[in-house]
Amino acid sequence: MSSFLAILIDGAIYASWLFLVAAGLTIIYGVMRVLNMAHGSFYAIGAYSAASLVGWYFSGEQQGSPYWSYALLVGCALVAGAIVGIAIEQGLLRFLHGRDEILMVIVTYALLLILEDATKLLWGVDPYFAWQPYRLLGQTAVGEGLRFANYDLALIAVSILIGLAAWFALNRTNKGRLLRAVIHDREIAVAMGVNVNAMFAATFAIGAVLGALAGALTAPAISVTPGIGVEVIVLAFAVVVVGGLGSIGGAAAGAVLVGLSRSFAVHVAPEVELFVIYGVMFLVLAIRPQGLFGQTLARRI
Amino acid sequence: MSTILETRGLTRTFGAVVAAKDLNVQIAQGEIVGVIGSNGAGKTTFINMVTGYLPPSSGDILFDGNSVIGRQPRAITRMGMARSFQVAQLFPKLTVMENALVSLVAAEGPRPSFFRPLDTPERRERADAIFAEFGVSRYRDALVSTVPQGARKLVDIAMALVSQPRMLLLDEPTSGVSIEEKFALMDTVMAVVRQHGVTVLFVEHDMEIVARYVTRIMAFYSGEIIADGPPREVLSDARVQELVIGHHLDINALGEAA
Amino acid sequence: MSILKNFSSPTPPALLAAAAVLAAGAWVLPAWLTFLLTLAFAKALVVLGVVIQMRAGLVSFGQALFYCVGGYGAGLGAQYLGLTDAFALLAVGTVAAVAVALVCGFLLTRYREIFYAMLTLALSMILYGVLVKSSALGSTDGFNVAPPSFLGWVPGGVEKKRAIYLLTVLIALGVALAFHRFLESGLGRVTEAVRENEIRVEYLGLSPRWLLFANYVAAAGVSALGGGLTALATGHIDPDMAFWTTSGEFVFIAILGGTGHVVAPFIGAIVFSVIRTFAIQEAPNLWQMTLGIILLALVLFLPKGLWSLVQRRRREIAATSGQPATEASQSPKGISSPISEKGVRA
Repeated sequence: MSSFLAILIDGAIYASWLFLVAAGLTIIYGVMRVLNMAHGSFYAIGAYSAASLVGWYFSGEQQGSPYWSYALLVGCALVAGAIVGIAIEQGLLRFLHGRDEILMVIVTYALLLILEDATKLLWGVDPYFAWQPYRLLGQTAVGEGLRFANYDLALIAVSILIGLAAWFALNRTNKGRLLRAVIHDREIAVAMGVNVNAMFAATFAIGAVLGALAGALTAPAISVTPGIGVEVIVLAFAVVVVGGLGSIGGAAAGAVLVGLSRSFAVHVAPEVELFVIYGVMFLVLAIRPQGLFGQTLARRI
Repeated sequence: MSTILETRGLTRTFGAVVAAKDLNVQIAQGEIVGVIGSNGAGKTTFINMVTGYLPPSSGDILFDGNSVIGRQPRAITRMGMARSFQVAQLFPKLTVMENALVSLVAAEGPRPSFFRPLDTPERRERADAIFAEFGVSRYRDALVSTVPQGARKLVDIAMALVSQPRMLLLDEPTSGVSIEEKFALMDTVMAVVRQHGVTVLFVEHDMEIVARYVTRIMAFYSGEIIADGPPREVLSDARVQELVIGHHLDINALGEAA
Repeated sequence: MSILKNFSSPTPPALLAAAAVLAAGAWVLPAWLTFLLTLAFAKALVVLGVVIQMRAGLVSFGQALFYCVGGYGAGLGAQYLGLTDAFALLAVGTVAAVAVALVCGFLLTRYREIFYAMLTLALSMILYGVLVKSSALGSTDGFNVAPPSFLGWVPGGVEKKRAIYLLTVLIALGVALAFHRFLESGLGRVTEAVRENEIRVEYLGLSPRWLLFANYVAAAGVSALGGGLTALATGHIDPDMAFWTTSGEFVFIAILGGTGHVVAPFIGAIVFSVIRTFAIQEAPNLWQMTLGIILLALVLFLPKGLWSLVQRRRREIAATSGQPATEASQSPKGISSPISEKGVRA
C-alpha cells in the first residue's frame, strides 16, 4: 500500500515537473508551428541563472530572509527567459515565419547547439548548486517511512497553477481568444486584422519564460551542469507528442501519463525507466498518431 | 454494350450532410459521361468513392463486375480505372519528363527496380510520344512548377492515361484554365481518349463544354441524381435548369454532342 | 546523347579512381589522417542513410539507432559469438539493423514530417535507455572491441589500423557504387516522387508506404555498416552512439554535404571531421557553437549543401564550353532538399 502511495506521489511530482518543462514547448508549437529544440536551452539558461543568483544570495552577508530566494528564482526566470526569447524571435525566427516545420526543427536545433556553448561560456563547466530553497521547506512524512520534500510537493501546486493560468489566459481573455483564432486559422486571423507578428513574438517570449521557469524551479533540486538542456528536450518532446502537439490540456495529460509510468517503472523495474517513457510515447502514437488531444486534418483533393 | 462501372445504393454521409444518397449508376463501355451539379452536390465525393479515396457509408461499386469496396486507390488504378484532379497532382520539383518517366515506371508494375535506371531511352521515347499526343512537348524539360496551368492539367491527365486505363475519371478538367484555352484543352483530351477507346466520366461546370463533348449527362443535386440521359434531354429538364444551372438555358444555342 | 548518358555516367569511374588514390594513401598519409578518414567514411555511410530518407522527404533524427545497432552488433558478435572476422562482425550488425528496421519501419512509415523526426528520435532513445541500464551490454561505459581478423589474416602493429582503413575505403566504394545506381533507379527516383506528391504516387498504382519502407530498410542497413566500421576502427562502443545528439550530427553532415549526389555525404563527413579536429584542439567549448552557426548559415544561404557548389561550377563549365549538359548538371533532379522552402502552409 505504501509503495502504491509512493508511486502515486512520485509520479505526481515527476508529472508536474514534466508539465512545467513541456508547457512552453507546446504553446510555441501550437501558435507558431515551431517545434522548438532550443527549448532545452531555455531550461538550462533558467537553471543556470537561478542557481548562480541564489548561490550568490546565500553566499554573501545578506540580512534578507532566505524566503526571498523564491522570488529570485521566479524573477530571474522571467528576466532571462524574456530576454533570450525575444532576442531569438526578433533576431531570427521572425524572418522564417511560415516556413516548413521540419526546417524549423533544424533551425532550432542549430540554436540549441549555439546556446549550449553560450551557457558554457557564461557559467563555465563546473556545477552550480542552489540547494537552500529546497532544504528550507523541510519534509513531510506520508504514511510509514515515506518522506517527501515539501519543495517537490509545492512544485505540484505550482504546475497546476501555471496550467490553470494558461487555460484562463487562452479561454477567458480577449488576447487569448485572438491567439486561439491565430492557432485555428492564421490566414483568416491576418485578414481580420490580428497582428500575427506581435502575437508570435509574445508567444515565443512566454514559451521561453516557461522553459526558463522550469529550469529555475528545478535548479534547487539538482546540480546544474552542462548538458541538462539536451537531456530535458527529448523528455519534453515525448510529453507533448503523447498529449498532442500544441495542446495545453494534452501536455498535462501527457505529463501525467508519462510521469506515472516512469514512477511505476522506477519502483517496480528500475532498469526499464528510460525505456518506459519512450515506450509510452510509441504506444500512444501507434494507436493515436495525433496524440491524445491532437487533431488530424484530412487533405482535400 | 457491356457495363464497365456500376454503383448500387451508394451512400455517403458526413455527419448530418448526405453527400451521396442511394446512387444507382450504370455506365457502359465507351460512354462519355458528363457530371454536372452545383458546388457541394456530391460530384467529387462520387469520384472519390469510385476511386477508393473515400469509403462509402454503404452500397457497392463494381468495376468490370468486381467490387472495389475496401480496395486502395492504387489497387483500383491497377484494375484499369484512372483519374485526374481538380488541382493537378504532379511532382512540382521534377521536370515534365521526369513526371512522365515516373508514371511509366509505375505502369510497369507495383515494385520498381532497385537497380535498373528510371531514365531509359525506351521510356523517353514513349514519354515523347505521349507529350506529342497532348501537345506539351515544348515543356518537356521544364520544371512542373514553372509550367502554365493549362499544360499542367494536360500533363495531369496524360499521367493518368499512361497506365492505359479502360476508364478515366476527370475531376473538373478545365477548372483553373482560361476561357480561351478550355476548348483547346478539351479537344486535345477528347481526341486522345477517343483514339484509345477509353470510357470517360467527367465533372464540369461549364455547360457549353459538357454539351459539346458528352454522350450522356448525370445531374447531381444534394447527393442525388435528379436527371440522367442524353445531353439535350437533361439540359432542358425543368428541375435541372432550376436547381443545377440556375437559369433558363437555351439548349439550341449550345454545341451539339459530338 | 541521351543513350550514352545512361550507360556512361562519369560517376562510377570517378569513384573507382578516388578509391584507388585513397587506398594508395594508406602507405603515404600520416596515421592520424588515415584514422580521421576511416571515421569520416564510416560516418558518411550513416549519413547516406539519412540522405536517402531526406530525398524521400523524411528527416530522421534517430539514425544513430542503426549506427549503434551496427556498432553493438560488431562488438557483441566478438564478445558473445566469438567471431573475429571483420566481415562477419559487420554482417552481424547489418543483419540486426535490417531486422530492427523491418519491425520499426512498419510503424514509422505511417508518419511524416516532424512526427517522423520525433518518432525516429524516440526509437533511438529507447535503445539508449536499454543500453545504459543493462550491465550485460556494458552499461554506460560500453565495452572494448578487439581488433578483428580479415578472412583469416591477423594484422599486427601498424597493419591493424591500415587494414581497417583499407576495408573502410573498399566498403565505402562498394556502397557508393550501389547507391549511385539506386539513386538513379526506378525505385530511387519514384521514392523522390513520394516526397513531391504522395497522392499522385498512389494514383499511379504504387504504394507510397511500401516505397518508404524499402527506403528505410536500405537506410538502416547502410547506417549499420557505418556503425560497425566505427566500432572496429575505434575499438570501443558505448551507449552514446544511440544518443539523439549523435543523430543530430548525422543530420548536420547530411545538410552540410547536400542530397544531390552519392559523394555529397562523403564530402560533408570529411569537412565535418576536419572542422571538428581543429575546433576541439583550439576551442573545445566552442565546438557546438561552431556547428550551430554553420548549420544556420547552411539552412539560410546554402540549403542544398556543399554539393550544390560543385553542381553550380559544373554548370558554369558546361555553359562556357558550349558542351551539352552532363549528368549532374542536367535537370535539377534530386537536388531539391527537404529543408528547402516548401512555401507557406495553409
